[in-house]
Amino acid sequence: MKPETPEPSFWANRDNVELVAVGLAAVFLIFVFPLLNSLGVVSNFTISVWGKYLCYALLAYSVDLLWGYTGLLSLGQALFFALGGYMHGMYLMRMIGDLGQYHKPIPDFLVFLGWTKLPAFWEPFASFPFALSMVFLVPGLIAYVFGILAFRSRIRGVYFSILTQALTYAASIMFFRNNLLLGGNNGFTDFKFILGHNLQASETQRALFAMTAVVLLLVYGFCRWLKQTKFGLVQQAIRDGENRVLFSGYATAQFKLFVFVLAALIAAVGGALYVPQVGIINPGEMQADKSLEAVVWVAVGGRGTLLGPVIGAVGVNALKSWAVRAFPDLWYIVLGGLFILVVLFLPGGLVSLPKRLVPVWKRLGLSKTKTES
Amino acid sequence: MLVLLAAVTAVRAGDTSRQVVAQAVVASDEAKKRELILSLVGQGDEAIEPLLVAWRKDSLFIFNSAEGVRIPVQLIGEKDSVGAQQAQRIEDGKTLLDGSGKPLRLVGTELAAVEHTSSLRRAMKIVLDLIDLGAADPAKRIKAIQTIGQTQDVVKMPALEARIKLETDPAVMRSLREAVALIHLKDSKSDVKLGALAELRELHTLSSLDFLNHTIKEAEAAKDNAVLKAARFALQAVEQHRSAVDFFGTIFRGISLGSILLVAALGLAITFGLMRVINMAHGEMIAVGAYTTYLVQNIFGAGITIPFFGLSLPLPGMGLTGAAYQWYFIAALPLSFIAAALVGIALERSVIQFLYRRPLESLLATWGVSLVLQQCFRLMFGANNVQVSSPIYLSGNWLVNDVIIGWNRVFVIGFAILIVFGMWLVLSKTPLGLLIRASMQNRTMASCLGVRTERVNMMTFGLGSGLAGLAGAFLSQIGNVGPSLGQGYIIDSFMVVVVGGVGSIGGTIISAFSIGGVDQVLQQYLPDWAPGLAWVPGIGSFLQNLAQDAAVFGKILVLAGIILFLQRRPSGLFVTRSRNLDE
Repeated sequence: MKPETPEPSFWANRDNVELVAVGLAAVFLIFVFPLLNSLGVVSNFTISVWGKYLCYALLAYSVDLLWGYTGLLSLGQALFFALGGYMHGMYLMRMIGDLGQYHKPIPDFLVFLGWTKLPAFWEPFASFPFALSMVFLVPGLIAYVFGILAFRSRIRGVYFSILTQALTYAASIMFFRNNLLLGGNNGFTDFKFILGHNLQASETQRALFAMTAVVLLLVYGFCRWLKQTKFGLVQQAIRDGENRVLFSGYATAQFKLFVFVLAALIAAVGGALYVPQVGIINPGEMQADKSLEAVVWVAVGGRGTLLGPVIGAVGVNALKSWAVRAFPDLWYIVLGGLFILVVLFLPGGLVSLPKRLVPVWKRLGLSKTKTES
Repeated sequence: MLVLLAAVTAVRAGDTSRQVVAQAVVASDEAKKRELILSLVGQGDEAIEPLLVAWRKDSLFIFNSAEGVRIPVQLIGEKDSVGAQQAQRIEDGKTLLDGSGKPLRLVGTELAAVEHTSSLRRAMKIVLDLIDLGAADPAKRIKAIQTIGQTQDVVKMPALEARIKLETDPAVMRSLREAVALIHLKDSKSDVKLGALAELRELHTLSSLDFLNHTIKEAEAAKDNAVLKAARFALQAVEQHRSAVDFFGTIFRGISLGSILLVAALGLAITFGLMRVINMAHGEMIAVGAYTTYLVQNIFGAGITIPFFGLSLPLPGMGLTGAAYQWYFIAALPLSFIAAALVGIALERSVIQFLYRRPLESLLATWGVSLVLQQCFRLMFGANNVQVSSPIYLSGNWLVNDVIIGWNRVFVIGFAILIVFGMWLVLSKTPLGLLIRASMQNRTMASCLGVRTERVNMMTFGLGSGLAGLAGAFLSQIGNVGPSLGQGYIIDSFMVVVVGGVGSIGGTIISAFSIGGVDQVLQQYLPDWAPGLAWVPGIGSFLQNLAQDAAVFGKILVLAGIILFLQRRPSGLFVTRSRNLDE
């Protein structure tokens, strides 16, 4: 991103504006917001709600990386999000210890199912490093295997979408069963401790929130860096004309596989941060609808952009929180309608709105000064 | 008119059951009463049951007429202001009249209720237990016989033997023989047991399985080798029969599930297969058809009021009952086609026509449509499932040699055949079909040759949606009808079309039946295979546990199988050849 001509103004460069905005938002979210919370200006509830939005923003990044930058519409990102959440949730369940309702050393739902000792695969999850590695390994491995199968046989476009949806569907019906020993349709909840800290304490929640904001910033920075590397350029070329890239001698399947696994990992981290802040994870989070919702956020925010996912995820979810309370009956109609409208009339999303408004602005004669791009 | 039955000394041949009850009511001594009641065993008369029940509930009375005659009566009908009811003579079921020929109204509390001692009540219970043994309906008889057999009640043996002599229906005869054999199985003598076992082996009924297992355990304990051997033989015969029943049942269920998938996926085979539009609202088109059926049902019946955005739309009912009402389903078929086709055309005109070149985006926009439609269903019909009743000709089962064959399933199979044939006719024999095929193969070329492709697109999408609606009408007979009805079919439908090969109707048919068949085979046999999973290191018992959930695990295996299948054939079973690199 080197400006080749001397720019008259720092603010004329859209990129600079974006960087400053991101910097301000980061400072606000990482330092100011938690500080205000500790001073009692911002309620704990607000912190946890915004923490949720930021986790969703991570999920949105994973969708954007795939759909916006590589042209792969995956309807399975909620699966990786939920898997990350489940892996972390297993650690949190172990940390409850014998403080559950049955006062047994194993999670309540296992007692309820008639287990007296922990199933073998639950054993190592008492260790945080193990759980953390599982947060990456399990979704990553599933994405890797599925990706190999899908990309090797050149499943692309809508077929890829349908297959990822089927994968998510299969996983969700499996997680709904009690026999999987992962809590059935109630999932995991009633967490007590994380790394020895009380999860209900506002300091813990604040720290988690700040951490989510940091991770989000890192992911943003990573995507920004990736976009202008050679890899990023090939990735976008695949989006715009896969066959040409293939015929130019690039193994597109390998590129796509890498991006797919990377996106799954980002989603999984989002899920892992989501669980302690929201306090529950259940199979409802991994249904195909959730993936589609994440796609809506990206579409509304602006796909193939760096800010779109955050704007979309936070904006749509804030709208949802408000609309669900204000018009419980109409929320889905609003969401569906919003989606149809964005797809039909605003393919670039909200981020593209200023650019689209510029001509209107000019025509109205309200633009007073300089700059045309 | 007043025929009197004074004290009777014996049951006379030719007396009706009513007369016998009347005699028992007025009989003087207990033993006589008991004998009279017990003489009713095995009589098929429907009057017996209500009378004995009424007797036990103290609603039989003795009315002393002006002439001093004791007339046993039953008080029936509504009580009037003074508590009087109409009296019905027990002996012939006619209304009791007074001297002037008017119905006499009696007050129950003023009369003496007919008494019943515990021994009489026991006798009545025996009669009531065996009452269905003589029922006119063979199914009722079989049920009664089976109840006796399953409880191995020796006391009722004479009744069974009496019935064997009278019985002509072969199915009833079979269950009689089974019941007798089951009761004999309880006998202490070995040779009786052996006879019973031989009989059971010949009959090899599924219901005798538990008893045979029990007998084997007993014989093992008693070291009675002859019985043990015979019981094992009988058990083997039953097991063989059972696996045959399972096998044919699985085949039938596989075909039936296959036709359900086919019916649900056919519309998609047109919109997705031919037009390449990813219609995520396809499931909602199915739901439109199902809800149309529900509406038609209500219009044929009592009518219904639909609330929508604060408005309420009253639909008057025709108030039909009986046979005329049963026709609602036939009327619903074309209407659900039309309703879904109209919704589909509206969808095509408003959204999809702008997205023909952007398939991924049509997926997203139609998902938005599906959300909106689902919420509309919720607002109009409530979040819960609505009740769609089955017309008589679609309810009930056939039992062919213990294989259960549901009528509605047979109907869906037949319907699937019919609809495929109809679609083939439309696509290959009509001018519209010709235009559809031309436009779908090469839209630009067709357009250059003067085909109005815009209109053809609209009609094709309407046809696909209409087929989905038709599917909805049928699926309303098989599953629940609720706002999320479509969600249950959408993924399966897409799988069917993808596996079959996009654009190939024949492939869709084959893949629907393959997926349906594999799914049912897995569901049936997974629990049997589960023990074989123990070898998997580490998670063997976990997998076994999971395999017990055959329905879910089978479905997951099918999906995994589809992904692997697409490895070998990425374009499905039947590939539509194209020189286009991106297809």
